[in-house]
Formats: sequence, C-alpha cells, structure tokens
Amino acid sequence: MDYYNLMRIFAFIHLLVSIPHGYSNYVETKAGQFFSSGHTNNWAVLVCTSRFWFNYRHVANTLSVYRSVKRLGIPDSHIVLMLADDMACNYRNPKPATVFSHKNMELNVYGDDVEVDYRGYEVTVENFLRVLTGRLPPSTPRSKRLLSDDRSNILIYLTGHGGNGFLKFQDSEEISNMELADAFEQMWQKRRYNELLFIIDTCQGASMYERFYSPNLMALASSQVGEDSLSHQPDLAIGVHLMDKYTFYLLEFLEEVHPASQANMNDLFKVCPQSQCVSTPGHRTDLFQRDPGSVLITDFFGSVRKVEITKDTINLTSPVEPPIQRSGSGDIQIESLTYVDQLPVAEIIHQKPKQKDWHPPDGFILGLWTLILLVFFQTYGIKHLKHIF
Amino acid sequence: MHFIRQVTTAHSSIITERSNVSSMIKQRCLLPLLSGRSGSCRLCETFTPAPAKDQFQEELVIRPLHSGDIYASFQFRTLWDTDFLQEGQKKVSHYRLFPKSLGQVLSKFSVQELHISFTQGFWRTMQWGQPFIPSPPGAELWVWFHHTVSDVDGNWKELTNVLSGIFCASLNFIDMTNTVQPSASFKPLGLGNATDHRFLRYATLPREIVCTENLTPWKKLLPCGSKAGLAVLMKSEKLFHSSFHSQAVHIRPICQDEQCTSKAWELRQTLNVVFDHYTSGQGKKEWSLFKMFSRTLTEACPLASSSKVYVDITDNPELSPATPLLSQAVVLGDRRTYSVYDLTRAETFGQLRSFNLLLRWKGDNMLRPLLHAERYVAGFGLQTGEIHTVIYNNHPYRAFPVLLMDSVPWYLQLYIHTLTVTSKSRDNKPSYIHYQPAKDRHRPHLLEMLIQLPPHSMTEVTVQFERALLKWTEYTPDPNHGFYVGSSVISALVPSMVAMSTNFTQDQPLFSSFVPVKEESSYFVRVYTEPLLVNLPTPDFSMPYNVICLTCTVVAVGYGSFYNLLTRTFQVDEPSPPLAKRLANFIRRIRGVPLLA
Repeated sequence: MDYYNLMRIFAFIHLLVSIPHGYSNYVETKAGQFFSSGHTNNWAVLVCTSRFWFNYRHVANTLSVYRSVKRLGIPDSHIVLMLADDMACNYRNPKPATVFSHKNMELNVYGDDVEVDYRGYEVTVENFLRVLTGRLPPSTPRSKRLLSDDRSNILIYLTGHGGNGFLKFQDSEEISNMELADAFEQMWQKRRYNELLFIIDTCQGASMYERFYSPNLMALASSQVGEDSLSHQPDLAIGVHLMDKYTFYLLEFLEEVHPASQANMNDLFKVCPQSQCVSTPGHRTDLFQRDPGSVLITDFFGSVRKVEITKDTINLTSPVEPPIQRSGSGDIQIESLTYVDQLPVAEIIHQKPKQKDWHPPDGFILGLWTLILLVFFQTYGIKHLKHIF
Repeated sequence: MHFIRQVTTAHSSIITERSNVSSMIKQRCLLPLLSGRSGSCRLCETFTPAPAKDQFQEELVIRPLHSGDIYASFQFRTLWDTDFLQEGQKKVSHYRLFPKSLGQVLSKFSVQELHISFTQGFWRTMQWGQPFIPSPPGAELWVWFHHTVSDVDGNWKELTNVLSGIFCASLNFIDMTNTVQPSASFKPLGLGNATDHRFLRYATLPREIVCTENLTPWKKLLPCGSKAGLAVLMKSEKLFHSSFHSQAVHIRPICQDEQCTSKAWELRQTLNVVFDHYTSGQGKKEWSLFKMFSRTLTEACPLASSSKVYVDITDNPELSPATPLLSQAVVLGDRRTYSVYDLTRAETFGQLRSFNLLLRWKGDNMLRPLLHAERYVAGFGLQTGEIHTVIYNNHPYRAFPVLLMDSVPWYLQLYIHTLTVTSKSRDNKPSYIHYQPAKDRHRPHLLEMLIQLPPHSMTEVTVQFERALLKWTEYTPDPNHGFYVGSSVISALVPSMVAMSTNFTQDQPLFSSFVPVKEESSYFVRVYTEPLLVNLPTPDFSMPYNVICLTCTVVAVGYGSFYNLLTRTFQVDEPSPPLAKRLANFIRRIRGVPLLA
C-alpha cells in the first residue's frame, strides 16, 4: 500500500510539474501562430467602376465592404476608396446622404464618417493601375496613394459590369485580365505586397483572375465564366436594386466577424453557394503559399496589430523647451495695418493695362516685312542705298 | 451700431485668458496621470506652458426666411497670433486649436489668403435675401499668395492637389484650363498692402458634388470635432436633405486688436444651410432645433471662449425658451434684432441639460434685395448660342457701380465684338473692361467689366458664342449630360439704408464681421449667378460596331462590283443533255452515226 501511495504521490507531482510546462507550450504555440502570418500592416483598395443612378447597387456593394473593413480595424488612411459616381447626394435619391444595402432601409452603409479618395471622373483605368503600382505624380496627396510595403496584406475589391476577360470602367473604357495580372506582377517585383486577396463581383468574374501569375495571390469571384452575377433585391421607395447577391451574403458573413474571430478562408469560400446566389462563386488558391484553412479572415479584412508586451520600465525624456518668444517690438516703429478696399472704383478705372509680354514677331509679320523690303530693293536697286543712308 | 442690452445683471461669460491657460494645464496633466505616476503633477511643474495665443469662437445664427424656409449659418473662428510666413523664424510646430494640416499648407505654399467653398444647390436671392457668406454652386477656390513667391503657378497646382486630399474632393481637376487671374475682383479680405494681381488665382468647379465625404474632413478640422459644442448638430442626413448647403473655409490675416498694429491669423469655417420644411410637407411655419437637426445641444465646446446662438426676431416670432439677452446688429445694410443664447452658461440648458429652441412665425414681408442677377443661355442648335446676364438694381433712387466677372471655358468661343450692355433699353458703356481671350486647351476666357447701374433698372449683358468640337478623348464619360460654365461673380458696394459701423471690435458677432467695412454708407456684397449647362456637339460613342458593319458592307458592295466589272469574263457553257439523249448519243457513237444536237 505504501508503494501504491508513493506511486500516486509521484504521479501527482509529475502531473503538477507537467501542467505548467504544458501550459507554456500552449502559450508558445499560440504565440507562434500569432506571428505566423508574416504581415505587419493592412491595406484595402475598394473600387466601384459604374456610373449612373441605376448602378446604385455597385456603390452599395463597395460601401458595405468599406464598412466591414473599417469596423474590423483598418483606418481610413490605409483604405483607398474609389467610387465612380455619387449615389448618396444624387438628386434622385429620396433620402440624401444615405446608401442602403437592405430593402426597408435597414442598414445605411454610407454612414456619417466616410472618406472617398477617388470620386467621379477620377476613377479611370489609368488611375487604378497607378494606385496599384505606385506610379503617381509627385503632388498626389497621401490619402490617394497605396503606400504598402513588402509586409502589407492588401485586399482588393472590384465591382461593376464585366464580361469574359474585362471589366468596364464608367461606361467608356475597360481593363482586361492581362493588364490586371501584369499590374500585380509589377507590385510583386517592387515588393509592394506580402499577400493579396482579390475579390470581384461582376458578371463572369472568374475570367478576371484566370491570368494571374504572381505568387501569394488568392482570388474570389462571384460567378464563373459564362454566368451572370445577379442583383439581390430592389427597393420600391428608392426604385433601384440595392445590392448584388454575392456581396449581400458576403456582408452578412462579415457582420458576424469581429477582430478576434478565428474564421478562416474556407468559410469565406463557402459564402453564397449556388442555391442562394444562382451563379457559382469561384476561387483560386494555387498561387497562394499558405493553406487557406490557416488564413484568418482578419488577416485581410481587419488590421490586427501585433503587440509586444514588455515588463521593462522606460524613462521619458525631459520635455522640449518652449520656443523662445519673439523679441519685443518696442523699438520697431509700429505702423497700423489696414484692410484693402474691396471695390476701389477710381483705382480700377485708372488701372494701367497690364504690360503684355513681348513676343518675337510672328512668321506672318516677318514675311510681310521681307516682301516690302524685296519690293523696295527691286524698285530702287542696291546701288542707290548709299544715297538714302 | 452694435450694442447688447441685458435685462438681468448676469456677468459676462467670456472665459478669460487665465482659464484658457488652466484648461491647457488640465490637458497636459492628463499625461502623467495616465502613465501611472501618483501624486502631484510633476510634469506641470517642470513645463511652464506659453500663454495661449489662440482662441476659438463658435456661433449659430438662425433666421426664418419669408418664404417659410429656415436659414441656419454656423461659423467657427479660430484666431491665432503667430506668423506662418515670417522668414528666419523657427517653423511653427506646436498647434493647439489651429488644425495642423491647414497650418502646414499655409507655410509650405506661402499662402496669404485662402478661400474655399463647397456648395450644393443655388442661393435664391429673390426669395431668401442675401446670405451672410455667398458661394457659387460646386467648388470654388481663390487664393492670394505671398509676394515672395516666385512660381505662383507651380504653387497653385500643388496646393489644389493637397487640398483635394484634405477635403476628399476632386480639386485636382483645377488646372490651367479653368484658372483665371482676375484683375479687379476678389481683392483680399484680410490685411495686406500689396495688391498685385499676379499673386491671385481663382478657379471654380461647377460640377463638384458635395456629400458626407466632404463634411467628414471639414468637421475633423474643428477643435472639438463633432463631439461637443455646436458641431453636434451637424448630422449629414439632415444637412443634405435641404435646399441649399454650403461649407467653406476662409483663412486670412486680420487685425489682432483695434489699434491694428499686429497681425493674427483667422480661420473661419462656415456652414450655411437652408431647410425647406414649409414646402416639403409640413405646411406650418414652425420649427425646432430637434426637427431641423434631429439633435439638441447639450454643452458648449470646452475649448471655445464664446459659444452663442443668435435667432433673428425682427419679424416678432414666438420663441421658446425666452431669453432676456437681445442684440442688434447691422448686417447687409439692414438693422436686425437677435435673441442671444449663451451656451457657456449652464442655465441656458435648463433642467434637462439639453437646449432645444422652438419658434413660430407668421411674418412675410421681406426687404427686397437691392441687387440680384440671373444668367441664361439663349439660342438653338448645337453651333451657336448667346449668354445673357441680367442684373437688377432695385434701389429707388441711387445708382451704383458693379464689377461683373465672367470666366467662360475655352470650348465656348466668345465673339466679343457682339458684346452689348444695355440698361433701360439704352446702351450703357462700362467704364472699365478687361478681357483676356481664351487659348484652346490652355486658358479660359476672362471678362471683367465695371458697369454703372442706373437706379431701379435692369441691365442686360449679352455675348454670342460658338461651340467647339472637342477631341474624342476629351469628352467625359457622360457627355450627353452637358458641360458646365461657372457662375459669374458680381461684386458691388451697395448703398445702405442704415449706417454701418466701421469699428472692428472683438465682441462683434461673427456673422457681421466677415467683410471689413471701410465706409458707413455702403456695404460690400458679392452675388453669384446660376451656372450654365450647355450641350456641345457630341459624337455618338455607342455606334462603333454598327459603323464598322455599315462601312464594311459599303466597301464590299462598291469594291466588289468594281472588281467584278474589271475582271469577270463570260464563257458560254452548254448544259449537259438529259439521260435519254446521252444514252442515244452513246449508242450512235458505237454505231458511227452522227450524234444528236
């Protein structure tokens, strides 16, 4: 019995010792998972390419993804939102400053805090490709640039009208799948992304990702080649269709996701099966290096920051001295300043005409003078010149 | 004349400089408390803050209009005693109330004055009177650069790009084809002595849309954001559901005090909105703050030195809650009485800690505006047209001069020899004309004229134009909508019935101190006309397939027939005989007898 008790005690002590060891293992594996995705910042490029009031649903699509992405943590400075037309303050909108995604006006995806970076006529194929590749004119403000680096995960969402191998921008130009694939290759060569998730909601959307050839790309589309993506429901008060089916169910799925959720890409692939969407959503993962089951939704849709906790104390440096006051104006002669006359009639009437810049004489004037001189010398002959001068 | 009449002996609620400093100390003291240091505010002892040199004031003016609409005008002013443009000084790096994004823009581009406005809707002068701060539909930007700038055009281009990023608007479409340099209009509204118009740039984008995405960054420039003070009323769903909405930012140097010995920078953010509850279904001339904005006020902005609501009670409406504070101000040539609600005093908010105004009025006699203008396009077809600008002077016996500035894009080719100015059916020769012709794809037309308007008359300015055919890449994606021509600007010194005050005091309400008043007998006003929408001859972009088919058919038929004519030869070909005949011939050949035909 003693031996038996001893064994028991021994097993108990062993258990006690192994529990903290097991726990630290668990912590290490968790920490390992935490740092496994390899990205440090998140960007999103959300583009709606359609113009005109009856394409309300494309703007609603883009704004719902914008809303989810902002809710999950990506700040406005890391989102490039391109809307080709204004639906919210359109004169045909019965409820101004709103864009709804559900009929009966349940959810206003436009909200009160939205920053659109490219709007109206600025949404062109050229601007889109320039944003992706980073080749923008030097005076472009920061909010219009995609300042990603080689540790950025980028989400790109496109919606609009498309066909087999192309996407229509604003009813006047198109981007082809080859151009898009080349743009992504340029981004890879310049190390502008770590991983890229490409989502497209148009008719025959799968044709747009057929030609991709750069690594670390994952793509989702709302329909296969030869199929049309359908819109979801019209609202009788507004008079147009409010959302497309695929993005509607995508929004429903994303509303369940919160920054700490463990939902992964396999769940995203299951969004909107054919029974709900009528078209067959497709996806492409062969260029992606990690297993989609291990990729979290928040790796692309959210901006989960990696935080290092430290127990060391840090000493704050002493504060900066306030700037030296301007030297007193005691000895400088103080002259009182005055406002300018808004409409100085007398001054305007007597304004001297602006000195026009001197331009060298035009070709016509030169020709005219040459003709005059020619006639002159022909008439009078050169030998008489010395009598004239 | 401006005076405040107080029935009670409540003392003034203007927070003094001292309390500004103390509030700043409170802000600084939060830092060590958050980092866990216990005890006294150690950081405050070692750091003596410089006395605050900036102050913030906010006000809201509500004026019921005679057509049943309500005009609400928010003004937020930050005054800062500093110098962005002083050379040799350490760059300004500590921003408190003044937004850093705008301050950096001012110092980088050496901007003396900046005025930018975004407007949705058109201000109807005949029904609503004159606005406190006028603005044309779309976006308008005019800037005076400092006289030390060497490359004004380069600075202008970069400035428009930077502002398009700050305000989320497509201001980067402003370039040389729609920028003008007015020679007599748009004199600086702030301090300045050099008025060389080489440093002025003016551009307008009539097509620009204003929506929540422009309001969001505008609200973020305010010191309290949209969380406290008057800015909590700015909910976009109500603000954009209105007849007129205009938000603007005006930056200029002004006098710091009455002696005017030193400059201070003033940033004014204004938001004018006209609600039409009367016409849109309610039918009663009754409104409340909650009905208009779907919010009530709960506190003043803690960083504001004054926070007031003025309600125009000249037409004796019923007002609740009543207030003893009254104020009279002469603005736009008219003396009006205002009820003043001071939000920095706790008693304004009452028991419920919320302030909601209720107003009912019946009055409908309005002072007819002395100056207003219209503009329209006449003519037919897609080749020629005529622009008519009509200016009305409704003063019974005084004539006054107005300066009309027109900026027409290059694709409307004006024929200036057809320019006529007629008043009362007689020719009226302008005393000053400045015309800069357009250069195709380079520069727009600029026409400025100083016209003397006779009393109680209508003056009409007409000019004919021809429409240009653009290159096919220059058309917008929706060319059948038409092309916009920006509003004309009419600047005038209108004689005033009531004497204006020329003293500049710090206590003046903000809405009456925007334009500097130089003489008592007239006030300066700027009237914007409607923008024009003209159709240019547009090719049919949707027909390339049909055109190719048609062309190929024509070519095939034409060329094919021609080729056949030249190369076709005819050969006689006998038909093959029927079977019976062939059999007979075969037998005859065997027999050696001549064949059948």
